Amino acid sequence: MVAIRTKPDLHTYTFPGFGSEQFPNLMLRGAGDLDNWHIKVYEQKHEGYVAMKAALKMEPVAVTEEVKASGIRGRGGAGFPAGLKWSFMPKDTADRTFTRYLVCNGDEGEPGTFKDRVILEYNPHQLIEGMIIAGWAMQCVTGYVYIRGEFLWLIEKLEAALQQARDAGYLGKNILGTGWDFDILVYRGAGAYICGEETALLNSLEGRRGEPRVKPPFPAAKGAFGQPTTVNNVETLAAVPPILRMGGAEYAKIGTPKNTGTRIFGVSGHVKRPGIYELPLGTPMNFLVEELAGGSSTGRKIKAIIPGGASAPMLDEKDFDCPLDFDTMKARGSMAGSGGLIVMDEDTCIVQATLRLIRFYAHESCGQCTPCREGCNWMEMILYRIEHGQGRMEDLDLLASLTPRISLRTLCPLGDAACGPMDSALQKFRHEFEHHITHKTCYTTGSRLLSKVGAH
Amino acid sequence: MNHPQPTETSKEPLAPGQRLPESECKELSPEAIAEIHAIMAKYPDKLAATLPALYIAQREFGFVSLSAMKAVARAIGIPEGHVFGVATFYTMYQKAPVGKFHFSVCTNISCALRGAAQLLEKVCERTGVKPGEGPSPDGLWSVEEVECLAGCGVAPCIQVNHDVYDELVDEDKLVEVMEACKRGDYRPWAE
Repeated sequence: MVAIRTKPDLHTYTFPGFGSEQFPNLMLRGAGDLDNWHIKVYEQKHEGYVAMKAALKMEPVAVTEEVKASGIRGRGGAGFPAGLKWSFMPKDTADRTFTRYLVCNGDEGEPGTFKDRVILEYNPHQLIEGMIIAGWAMQCVTGYVYIRGEFLWLIEKLEAALQQARDAGYLGKNILGTGWDFDILVYRGAGAYICGEETALLNSLEGRRGEPRVKPPFPAAKGAFGQPTTVNNVETLAAVPPILRMGGAEYAKIGTPKNTGTRIFGVSGHVKRPGIYELPLGTPMNFLVEELAGGSSTGRKIKAIIPGGASAPMLDEKDFDCPLDFDTMKARGSMAGSGGLIVMDEDTCIVQATLRLIRFYAHESCGQCTPCREGCNWMEMILYRIEHGQGRMEDLDLLASLTPRISLRTLCPLGDAACGPMDSALQKFRHEFEHHITHKTCYTTGSRLLSKVGAH
Repeated sequence: MNHPQPTETSKEPLAPGQRLPESECKELSPEAIAEIHAIMAKYPDKLAATLPALYIAQREFGFVSLSAMKAVARAIGIPEGHVFGVATFYTMYQKAPVGKFHFSVCTNISCALRGAAQLLEKVCERTGVKPGEGPSPDGLWSVEEVECLAGCGVAPCIQVNHDVYDELVDEDKLVEVMEACKRGDYRPWAE
C-alpha cells in the first residue's frame, strides 16, 4: 500500500458558532484532523455508516423518497434536485434488465472552487457511505469516482479508504446480507476542465476525449458504457448520510424552503481569512465575506464578488447583501454555481481579470462547437488588444454582440459560462474598459494579474 | 486548444502519415503491460483503460511521445489514432520531455489576485526556464502555467510533479521548495 501523505493544508475551516443549531456542521466533520480519514475514527466519532446500515434495511424507493423530501439540490453548479435526478433512473429493480451505474463527479476545476478536495482529504468515508446509499437507492452495480488528475494524493487516500470499507464488508459481494453487490472504482482524470460537464465526464470515463454529448439521451437513459447512469457531485453524495441520519423532513428545515440544507462555500481573493465555510443556504453573502472571511485583506473597499465560481456573473456593491442560494442569486442576475466566492478589491483591474477568465475558457473549450471554440478565442484576442492599449471603442459593442451568439448555442454550458463574466464585467464596469481604450492604461493601480512570461 | 505537438526526443514532430523506423519503436515493460491488462479487466469496455494506460506509459517513457502512444495502442489493442486523440486532448500528458521536477504554477483568477503572475516570473527566474520550454540544461526543472488547481483559498499555489500542493508561496517558500526537491523530499517526475 502506498504511504498516505500527511502534509496538512493551510485552509481555514471553522468560525465561532460553527456546529451550533444555527450553523450545523454536516459536511466538515473532522476537517483539519488528518487522522479523520480512517474508518475507525469516522465510525466512532462521527456516527459513520449508521445511515448506510439503516438505508440498507429500507426499500430502495423509500431511500430516494427520503432524499426527495430533503429537497437537496445538486451542489455541482446547476442546482438540480438530486432526489428527482435519482428517480429518473429506470425502475426495473426486480428483473434487472439494465446494468446501472453511479458516477461521482470529482473533477473540481472551476476557478474559485475548492470544496470537494476538503471532503476527499478529511472525510472520504462520508463520500463512500453516501455512494453506497445512492447505489442502493438506484440498485447500481458499480460506482465510479472520477477525480481530477492533479489530486493524485487524494486518489491514493480514497483508494486506501475504499479498501478499509471493503475489509469492513461495506463494499463487495452481498453487502451486509442484502444479496446486493456493489463496488466503487476510482478513475483519474488528466487535466481537462470540460470533464466536469457530466456527459464529457462519461466520455472521459470511457477512455475517450472529454467532449460533451448531445442530449437527449440523458445519462439516466444512456450514460456510462451505454447504460443508465446518474452523475452526482462529491458534495451532493457526501450530504446523503446526514440526510438519512436526520430524516429528509428534518434536513429540509435547514436553509430556505426551496434551497435546503448546508453548503460548503470557498472564499478566495482579497479577504483576510480565505478558506472553506459551511453555511445554511440563504445566508447573506456579506455575512460570509465580511464577518467570517474578515473582509478586505488590503484595507481597500471590495469592488466586485464572483459568487459561484468563475462562470458566475460578477456582482457589484449593490448586490453584496444577496442571500447565497440558487433562486435569489439567479434573480439578481448571477448564479450560485459551485459555491466558490472570488472577492476583488477596488484596485483590481477588471479588464485584466476578465481577460484572465476568458483566457481560461478559450483554453478549456473542447473545440467541438464552433460558437464556443471560435467565440472564446475572439473574445480573448479582443480583450488582449484592449488590455495592451490597442483597443477601439467599437470593440466594446463587438464584445457585447459576441456573447448572445455563443450563449445557448452550444452542446454544453461552457460557452454560456464564458459569457457570464464577460457580460457582467461590460455592464457593471464599462468605464474601466473605456478608460483602457482612451488612456491605454488601467483605470486602477493594483498589481498585475497577468504574467509577462508566455501564456500557455 | 493550443496544445504543444508531441515530439520524439531527438526529432522534429512527425508529419501526418509519416512513421517511425521500426528500430525506434520502444515497448512498454512486461510489468506495465500486465498492469494495463489488469485495468482493462476492471471496466466493461477495454477503451476505458486508455487514460490510465497513458499515465503508465508516461511513467515508463518519461513523457507521452508518439512511440509511447503507439505502445499503449498495441497494449490495449485499439487504434493508434484513438490514443493520439486522447493523449493530445488532455493537458496532464506531457507531449515533450520535462525536468525531474516539473512545476505547475496556477495563474488563474484567485491565484492571480494574490500574486501568481509575479510568482510565475520568480519561478522562471529561479529555475532558468520558461513555461512551455523544455527542461533546464541540468535536467532538473521545467515550468508550466496551469489553470485552477483547486487551491484558491491558499493562493498562490504550485504543484511539483503530481505531488501535494505547496500553498501560499512567496519567494522564500519557493527557495525552500527548490531546496527540498534537491534534497529528495519530493517524488521525482515519472516515479
